[in-house]
Amino acid sequence: MAAVIRDHTFNNAEEEIRIQGEIDRITAHAVYSPLREPLIDESKTCSDVTRDISSLIEQPPTRGWWILFGISFALLVGGIIAAVNTVTIGIGTWGLNKTVGWAFGITNFVFWIGIGHAGTFISAILYIFSQKWRTSINRSAEAMTLIAVMCAGIFPILHMGRPWLFYWIMPYPNTRGSLWVNFRSPLLWDFFAISTYFTISLVFWYLGLIPDLATARDRAKTKWRRVFYTILSLGWNGSNRTWSRYETVYGVLAALATPLVLSVHSIVSFDFATSLVPGWHSTIFPPYFVAGAVFSGFAMVTTLLIPVRRVMRLEGYITIQHLDNMCKITLLTGSIVGLSYLTELFIGFYSGNPNEIFVILNRMGGPYAWAYWVMFSCNALFPQLFWFKAFRTKIPLILTLCILVNVGMWFERFVIIVTSLHRDYLPSSWAMFIPTITDVGLLVGSFGLFFTAFLIFLRLFPVISMNEVKGVLHYARD
Amino acid sequence: MRATEPSEKTVRYAAAFFDNEHDLMAIAAEARLRGFVIQDVFSPYPIHGMDRAVGLKRSRLGWIAFVAGALGLISAILLQVWTSAYDWPLNVGGKPFNSFPLFVPVMFELTVLFSGLISIGVLFMMNRLWIFSKKKIFEGVTDDRFVLVLKQEDASFDNAAAERLFRKYNAIKVMEGDKFV
Repeated sequence: MAAVIRDHTFNNAEEEIRIQGEIDRITAHAVYSPLREPLIDESKTCSDVTRDISSLIEQPPTRGWWILFGISFALLVGGIIAAVNTVTIGIGTWGLNKTVGWAFGITNFVFWIGIGHAGTFISAILYIFSQKWRTSINRSAEAMTLIAVMCAGIFPILHMGRPWLFYWIMPYPNTRGSLWVNFRSPLLWDFFAISTYFTISLVFWYLGLIPDLATARDRAKTKWRRVFYTILSLGWNGSNRTWSRYETVYGVLAALATPLVLSVHSIVSFDFATSLVPGWHSTIFPPYFVAGAVFSGFAMVTTLLIPVRRVMRLEGYITIQHLDNMCKITLLTGSIVGLSYLTELFIGFYSGNPNEIFVILNRMGGPYAWAYWVMFSCNALFPQLFWFKAFRTKIPLILTLCILVNVGMWFERFVIIVTSLHRDYLPSSWAMFIPTITDVGLLVGSFGLFFTAFLIFLRLFPVISMNEVKGVLHYARD
Repeated sequence: MRATEPSEKTVRYAAAFFDNEHDLMAIAAEARLRGFVIQDVFSPYPIHGMDRAVGLKRSRLGWIAFVAGALGLISAILLQVWTSAYDWPLNVGGKPFNSFPLFVPVMFELTVLFSGLISIGVLFMMNRLWIFSKKKIFEGVTDDRFVLVLKQEDASFDNAAAERLFRKYNAIKVMEGDKFV
């Protein structure tokens, strides 16, 4: 770097040219392509962004919000009753039997963990790939991830039968020996994977929130709001020294979270793949589960964001272009899932193993065939309509397809778990699984928890990352 | 940006407010080249290239994350091998006590966990981000204002030159003060 002159002079012509050249060199990168489509509504300025997003949490909740909150909360109460029923009476309140020992509980667990894959995919993997459109949706997607992981966590804990002894899964010195946990078990890996995933997603989400919480703090009119946001924003003042390190850590977290996202559902799939049950014992499971997770997660984000952008008037921020992009990722991952289904079928027959072949035929034509075909059509067939632009840009069509994907992905887990178990090697122990009211109550209750928590998130925190959107306002300008 | 962190105790400063990132970047670059001491610049979002404009060095946080990750990895190996093979070896399905390949998932998870949490913790410590923080907050920085703060460290601070510079880049507002904390 050229020597710095000490006396602030503006006189020496040669020096002036040198300084100007240096400034031009430093600021030169600020060149934007006029060919790029703008990411958000072109007329927005920084203060528009602040006002539009902040006002959503400053105004009192609307009637629509209260109605939705009431419904979600009622569902949640139903779930709490079912959970109390499970804990006080026992796992016998579920429709499980000696043959089908895993059913709704594990289906819901895998389903919610899968939903929880979109947020960190958007915030980490799309960050690494510099997909700037992620800025409008990452905040809500990450919140959704955290809530979905919480919903997921409930099920294995309840399934333990004595949930108050949940902490026994942690390797801590204890008075039983110490008797340590079994580090060779995929169920234990699950515990480590999911708790790490939740922790890292939480700090990632919170780190992204801090600058926006500072905005909320600076706009706060009432005392309690100011106290709440002052505590949470940690004295953030937008200094470049802070931004510089912040960006470094954000990059580090993104780099860490990228393999983490892929690891979580891989490890969940090991729960099945490392067993000897036909239909589970398969090396395709990790990539197949990860693709399915991202697939269902994106479908759920889209399902949530379509009403949110409409009700909160965020069409200028979450544009059709964003929905289009999300549909494309849904299409890609859905195609991977479809390919996995076909591969499973092929390998099942190609193996020549009568048990494998039986499981496949039983899935497609046995008593749960309806569930298999719901899964197959919703996941492998309908999403193929996203190849057509009309299906990626017309809101009712997107919403319909995404809800179908959500249904299909729930059934995928149901099919994998129940149809493999209910008719295994020993025909005398074949049985059917019929869900009880408690099973259904817990499933519905988990949706209640999900929507209740998401609606609370919408009221407490800026739903769109203001600082990141401000950073991409100039994406297609200048 | 390491040991050279300027002390922020009782220094007189001059702050100029701008309404866009380009002016801020250019004035920061010019002020530094003309020998002014930049206390800091403030913006509503991170500005790429600003570190170079104000002459900040690359952060070493990436290395801290690496070391923290290595720590997590070593902890995971020690924890699993010691508990499974030494402290109370249990025969599970006839697998070897030290079934190393099966320890890989937990090794990976703890590497990520340590690295992520420690880097965030170090970030908070280095920038003194905590709940009772009493930092100077310039009005509008969290909304749409871009602020350059020059340090008036001694009598050599050239007010006229600073003012000329501020005017050249269309400063909206200029303020002075002391006790920059």
